[in-house]
Amino acid sequence: MTTATEEKVIKFQIHRQDDENAAPYFEEFEIPYRANMNVISALMEIRRNPFNKKGDKTTPVSWDMGCLEEVCGACSMVINGKPRQSCTALVDQLEQPIRLEPMKTFPVVRDLQVDRSRMFDSLKKVKAWIPIDGTYDLGPGPRMPEKKRQWAYELSKCMTCGVCLEACPNVNSKSDFIGPAPLSQVRLFNAHPTGAMNKNERLQALMEDGGLSGCGNSQNCVEACPKGIPLTTSIAALNRDTNLQMFRNFFGSDKEV
Amino acid sequence: MAENREFYWRRLHSLLGVIPVGIFLIQHLVVNHFATRGEQAFNDAAHFMESLPFRIFLELFIIFIPLYFHAIYGVYIAFTAKNNTRRYGTLRNYMFFLQRITGVITLIFVTWHVWETRIQAALGADVNFGMMEAILANPWMVAFYILGVVSTTFHFANGLWSFMVSWGITVSARSQKISTYATLGIFVVLTIIGIRSILAFV
Repeated sequence: MTTATEEKVIKFQIHRQDDENAAPYFEEFEIPYRANMNVISALMEIRRNPFNKKGDKTTPVSWDMGCLEEVCGACSMVINGKPRQSCTALVDQLEQPIRLEPMKTFPVVRDLQVDRSRMFDSLKKVKAWIPIDGTYDLGPGPRMPEKKRQWAYELSKCMTCGVCLEACPNVNSKSDFIGPAPLSQVRLFNAHPTGAMNKNERLQALMEDGGLSGCGNSQNCVEACPKGIPLTTSIAALNRDTNLQMFRNFFGSDKEV
Repeated sequence: MAENREFYWRRLHSLLGVIPVGIFLIQHLVVNHFATRGEQAFNDAAHFMESLPFRIFLELFIIFIPLYFHAIYGVYIAFTAKNNTRRYGTLRNYMFFLQRITGVITLIFVTWHVWETRIQAALGADVNFGMMEAILANPWMVAFYILGVVSTTFHFANGLWSFMVSWGITVSARSQKISTYATLGIFVVLTIIGIRSILAFV
């Protein structure tokens, strides 16, 4: 083909893996260029017409997605070496060939799809909720100052996407560190006036093996977080809280929460 | 190890790195600096340290037990990390990486240094200016000692930074930035003291 008639294409190198135990390999794709594409619309194009660069028919690439507006976290993957959401990864802003890999910190289900269950299990472990159920109406809880609400809103933006775990050098197969996201959720729920009534239970959960102490302060999480959550500030504040809790546990204290 | 003890081990590891090991490091570097005032001054200072009462207990509880607990547990911590400075080339990620590298270098250096001085003293050698002069007559040993001292002072200064985070002293991003500069200053000062002492024997 001569340059004059050559169609503009988008080049991809995509991690393929048939199932969780299969050997991974890379497959190259070239799809016709359209303006304003994101990685997901490009993947949809491959699904519509599943032929690789060599022209061989292949299986469509498997990936996860949900909201398509960077609030659900499902479509996270490693794009050109950095973990991020594929819905907000605009093709025009990416260097080609665009290299897509799954976040291998999590078990790979197939191709770009991973199983993020460990994050949801972690949220259960640290009790990232506010218990309000009872046998009778407890009435309204204490009021939250508006400034504090605005601050807490930033922490509540966490969408459990897993990018911070993928970026953290201490979250890996050799360590059982829980990772930054669930830690910051403890800070969120402990800051809530009703949530604060169970503050020490959450701190206690963070002091178990694989908890807060696994942080090594590389601070990659705060760099990587797509929502700009101050994860390292949360971690340091929780260090302060758990240390006090440790002293209370050891020396005994009449301060319950 | 019993279950759910990791938090306490990690806090103990963080504490011992500064108190007493870090404090001992400063004291050791300061006493060594007498070497810049000549052979007699160094020998007098070394002799004073040697003749402290309860010496063996001071050495065990202020130096060897906390130091080797910190070192051995630290090697375990270092090997549970999966470094990714190529993906995230930020200052703090490099510091994280260097903290683990210098920890291992420092352990090798300190163990060698203890063998060459304290163990030899226990076997009857006299630890004095002449001994260090003889060791540092070899240019490779000068290089090894400089590497060892720089690695130790870096590990201490940067460790002080993460100590302040681990104990919840520096919480905000700004306080952590200020402590980065402060500990960088500590690194520079201690390194100058250490290298001046080494060069005094050369």
